[in-house]
Amino acid sequence: MAGKLFGAATIAALAFAAQPVWAQDSVKIGFVSTFSGSQAAIGEDMRRSVDLAVEHLGGKIAGKKIEIVYEDDQFKPDVGKARSEKLVQQDKVNFVAGYIWSNVLLASLKTVTDEGDTILISANAGPSQIAGELCNKNFFSTSWQNDQTPMAMGEYLNTKGVKSLYVVAPNYAAGKDMAAGVKRTYKGKIAGEDYTKWPDQLDFSAELTKIAAAKPDGIFIFYPGAHGVQFVKQWVQAGLNKTVPLYQVFSIDAITLPQQGELALGTLGAQEWVNDLPNAQNKKYVEDFKKKYKVYPSYYGAQSYDAIMLIASAAEALKGDLSNKDKVRAELKKANFKSLRGDFKFNTNQFPIQNFYIQEAVKDPQGMMTVKTIATAVKDGKDSYYQKCSMK
Amino acid sequence: MEYFLVQVLNGVQLGLLMFLLAAGLTLTFGIMDLVNLAHGSLYMVGAYLAWTFITWTDSFLLGALLALPATFVVGVIVEVVVARRLYVRDHLDQVLATFGLILFFNELVRVIWGPAGKSIAVPPFLSQTVQILPGVPYPAYRFAIIVVGALVALLLAWLVARTRLGMLIRAGASNRRMIAALGVNIELLFSLVFGLGAVFAGLAGLMAAPISSVKIGMGDDILILAFVIIVTGGIGSIKGAFVAAMGVGQLDIVGRVYLSDWLKAVMDPAAASAAAPAISQVLIYIVMAAVLVWRPTGLFGQRQ
Repeated sequence: MAGKLFGAATIAALAFAAQPVWAQDSVKIGFVSTFSGSQAAIGEDMRRSVDLAVEHLGGKIAGKKIEIVYEDDQFKPDVGKARSEKLVQQDKVNFVAGYIWSNVLLASLKTVTDEGDTILISANAGPSQIAGELCNKNFFSTSWQNDQTPMAMGEYLNTKGVKSLYVVAPNYAAGKDMAAGVKRTYKGKIAGEDYTKWPDQLDFSAELTKIAAAKPDGIFIFYPGAHGVQFVKQWVQAGLNKTVPLYQVFSIDAITLPQQGELALGTLGAQEWVNDLPNAQNKKYVEDFKKKYKVYPSYYGAQSYDAIMLIASAAEALKGDLSNKDKVRAELKKANFKSLRGDFKFNTNQFPIQNFYIQEAVKDPQGMMTVKTIATAVKDGKDSYYQKCSMK
Repeated sequence: MEYFLVQVLNGVQLGLLMFLLAAGLTLTFGIMDLVNLAHGSLYMVGAYLAWTFITWTDSFLLGALLALPATFVVGVIVEVVVARRLYVRDHLDQVLATFGLILFFNELVRVIWGPAGKSIAVPPFLSQTVQILPGVPYPAYRFAIIVVGALVALLLAWLVARTRLGMLIRAGASNRRMIAALGVNIELLFSLVFGLGAVFAGLAGLMAAPISSVKIGMGDDILILAFVIIVTGGIGSIKGAFVAAMGVGQLDIVGRVYLSDWLKAVMDPAAASAAAPAISQVLIYIVMAAVLVWRPTGLFGQRQ
């Protein structure tokens, strides 16, 4: 009996000795995104921005090498969870960042923050649950809470005097948040609402026919990536571009514009970051990105860049010693870094308090499709769920 | 009324696409007794080949016309190299082998075309709307799918009912051994039928591409529906596949449009939108089960 116990203890001791978790000489960041399938373009944009952030940092944080481990969630919650688990348990990363999709993030959250006691920084997804009752000391966001961007759109539609709106979104966590967001602030009439199958429905013929029959003053959509490309194409094919303007969130951006082309010209969207925001670090980021990859970066990329810079600011302040997690969290919470958005601070639920802008799809002088800021819709916006969060 | 008509057309368009996919499947299943799970891969290959040719030639029509014979060749190669060896094996072996083919094709496409999806633009001359009735616009491209789909269905009906090849196909579907015994070159017939099925699948894939997207595994999702169609219609029957496909197209629209509107009257819109397609999916299986109870070999299947 004693021998057995001794044996087990030795093995445990050896295992710990073999992998000294915190005494490593690199800062290890796991990055989960979609790198294959129809939405791979989004993951690629994020990866490029992370690589650019590492380059801008000179490959080092507080003298330690930056090591990024990319994992592909294949656009599936179960795969995303398994990959996150691998990052935490096997790679023993210091931080996990990324996550495009709310359903993938929700599936992975507990695995990383609770079971793994590792800090997670969402560079895109912002489900309402995590901003409210599921808020977590190990969770930070460099993006937004899902409802916020459509809420900004709703405010803008009020000032523009759009009288009736038809809401179409995919039927999953983020789609429902987005629709709830626009309905919360928009004061006109909701002419109709449809929620489509996600992610397999790419044909919107039935929904567009309903919209044509309802004759609203505007359509509000949330269709990220490949789905946005299809919706815009089919909106034009159905001839609705001549009668019903399209107002969008996350559906017309640097990822989708190369494929939407001139079909998207003149459409309006809401966003917390636009490539022409006037601050020095944003200029540098956009210029270097365009020089390196010959295309415009998107907010997915900008948020990922911010996530890496946020991590760097905390690690620098602690001189690279990440062993005390309370200290790491406290440093992260200060948000002492130069965000591409300009001023950046965290609310109590560790989501940003930030401005939202209205952007228009235009052609740049070189003939490339892009977006430019035309108005500020919301100033210092807080999400609607932070009061439900137990962290004060 | 116009609204109803447009929604019916949406259902017809989906039904015709499904018919093209199901036609090849029902022929291979009915005549060669082969359960070909990889039929969806041919749908995908057709779309990818079309993308390549359209990019090369810069013309949708030319690209599509080149993609069809290319898909035929891929179909014949699959038949000669793999499928031919499976005819004598039981269905379980066939399922295993053709499932392997799915993985092979998905990986092959990843190697050749990369992991990101491709997009095929609607040709400019079809990017507008047409007036199906005065004052009722309908997307021209979808109308073109209906026209092409209907023409191909007619062509197929003529081929099966009026030509020698069609006679052999019908004979093969009712009694395979007998036509072999009568000295018909069965190997050639099988290769032809398989290639023909591939062409129809490829045509469906490339026509669906501009309204959905060209991506790895695009045929796998739609394959189950194609199997439901051929079983409901009667295995080996082109007529059955057509009737069942049109039915499935209309059921899908009922689920997405009318059912969700009815449900919205009694429940939350998001929940209604989620429940309606699920119910219409289940409805498809219920209809299939009902048909099979009434006619165990399907609507137009050969009675034993």
